[in-house]
Amino acid sequence: MKHNGQTGDAASRELWLQQMHGEFKKKKQRRRNQVLAVRSGVLLLFFVLWEAGARLGYIDELLFSYPTKVFRQIWGDMVSGSLWPHLGITVGETAVGFVLGTLLGTLLAVIIWWSPFLSAVLDPYMVVFNSMPKVALGPIFIVMFGAGFTAIVVTTLSITVIITTLVVYNSFCSVDPNLIKVVRSFGATRVQVFFKVILPASFPTVVSTLKVNVGMSWVGVIVGEFLVAKSGLGYLIIYGFQVFNFTLVMSSLLIIAAVATAMYQLVLYMEKILLSRQ
Amino acid sequence: MLPVVQLKGVTHAYLGDLEASLAVEDLNLTVEKGEFVSLVGPSGCGKTTILSIIAGLLQPSRGEVVINGRPMNGPSPEVGYMLQQDYLFPWRSILDNAVLGLELTGCLNDDTKKKTLELLQDMGLKDKAQAYPAQLSGGMRQRVALVRTLATDPGLLLLDEPFSALDYQIKLQLEDLVSETLRRRGTTAVLVTHDLSEAIAVSSRVILLQRNPGKIRKVFPVPEVIRAAPPLYARDQAGFAELFHEIWQEMESAGRES
Repeated sequence: MKHNGQTGDAASRELWLQQMHGEFKKKKQRRRNQVLAVRSGVLLLFFVLWEAGARLGYIDELLFSYPTKVFRQIWGDMVSGSLWPHLGITVGETAVGFVLGTLLGTLLAVIIWWSPFLSAVLDPYMVVFNSMPKVALGPIFIVMFGAGFTAIVVTTLSITVIITTLVVYNSFCSVDPNLIKVVRSFGATRVQVFFKVILPASFPTVVSTLKVNVGMSWVGVIVGEFLVAKSGLGYLIIYGFQVFNFTLVMSSLLIIAAVATAMYQLVLYMEKILLSRQ
Repeated sequence: MLPVVQLKGVTHAYLGDLEASLAVEDLNLTVEKGEFVSLVGPSGCGKTTILSIIAGLLQPSRGEVVINGRPMNGPSPEVGYMLQQDYLFPWRSILDNAVLGLELTGCLNDDTKKKTLELLQDMGLKDKAQAYPAQLSGGMRQRVALVRTLATDPGLLLLDEPFSALDYQIKLQLEDLVSETLRRRGTTAVLVTHDLSEAIAVSSRVILLQRNPGKIRKVFPVPEVIRAAPPLYARDQAGFAELFHEIWQEMESAGRES
């Protein structure tokens, strides 16, 4: 009897636990739904107010356009195919600027770490270059590289490289010196210290600069296109502004928002995969 | 037979922007093969500096360091160094951490890897070989650090307070494990500690240092009965308490003088 009683207890406890867990999960789901509902509500409200405001004349339709017109414009450009070359060139420039910026920045950090002398020499230059608004160099890049793809990528690089270098170099320097002592006690060379300790220890930092660089690259590319381009989303904005077609400006902005978000999510996903082991 | 470690008139000064401070001065020390020597003394007496010098991580300002009859220049795989904390690499599995030294010295092959696995097994860590450091307890991690140090089969082992960050029970167990392992392998060892009873329990000679600047104050040989017993039981042997008091007194009077 006693034995039965015990299993009964265990079973009822199990049931109780399951019940608690079920309720907890339901509550959590409800909360998720609420957040989602309010979130989409805000977006919808924004578009409705915008549309209504423009149609009823509260805001100037010529300056701010309105959502249905903007979406019709986007849809039309997609169907006619005139959107794709612009989108392609901008995404291409951003991707190249992003990848090259991260690689060059990391490489520069490695070189500086390698030679403390060089690090001491370059320090003030890095500070100056980092505090300077790099976009101001745009005209110089244009006369150096011609008005086009290269100048835009270089503008982007000028924004991403230095900040990457500083962040990555800092993470190199903040690696626990005792980890280095461990490999040095085995007689490790400087190359070995770098590849066995410094790089793997700083890997999470390097990966997280990717996230920063995505945003930076978009800034560089759009500004670059403002300055020189004959195609690309930044060009569409400037062009729309010059011919007073604000529907075009708004639709370009919406597309940029969507594509930049997608790119950021992609990097987040990459980060998750790269760091999943630690 | 050649002594494993010979320090001849070793002096070391740390050079800073503001001043140069003398860490150790005119140090003479000889450690024979198979000996277990402990360095004790108040903090700031240069214990860790001496260890770093023997390890070749630090070039002494003056004096000569001879390891196995050869003048020392830089760290070598003959000398193993174990730190206070385990400093396992979080991005490497336990086995990968343990073979780190073999990898760095270019000695990693199936044979040495198998030996490392056996060492892990001796330490009771066989089923953790594929785990990551974050999944292990402090005592286990310190045992992995020991395996990592022993994997390259160093003839001389330097221990920098390797037990001081552990719980008392784990610490006693680990003392036994280390001294038993070293005795079996015939490894020479130099231990730095601030725990007097640990120093007496595990070593054959206790060297008391004084500070400002770091110097050898007195050398205490540990009686054979204490030496022969495993560390946990050494504390119960006749003469243990007396030796403890003797060293303690000497340390006190050194403290009063400085």
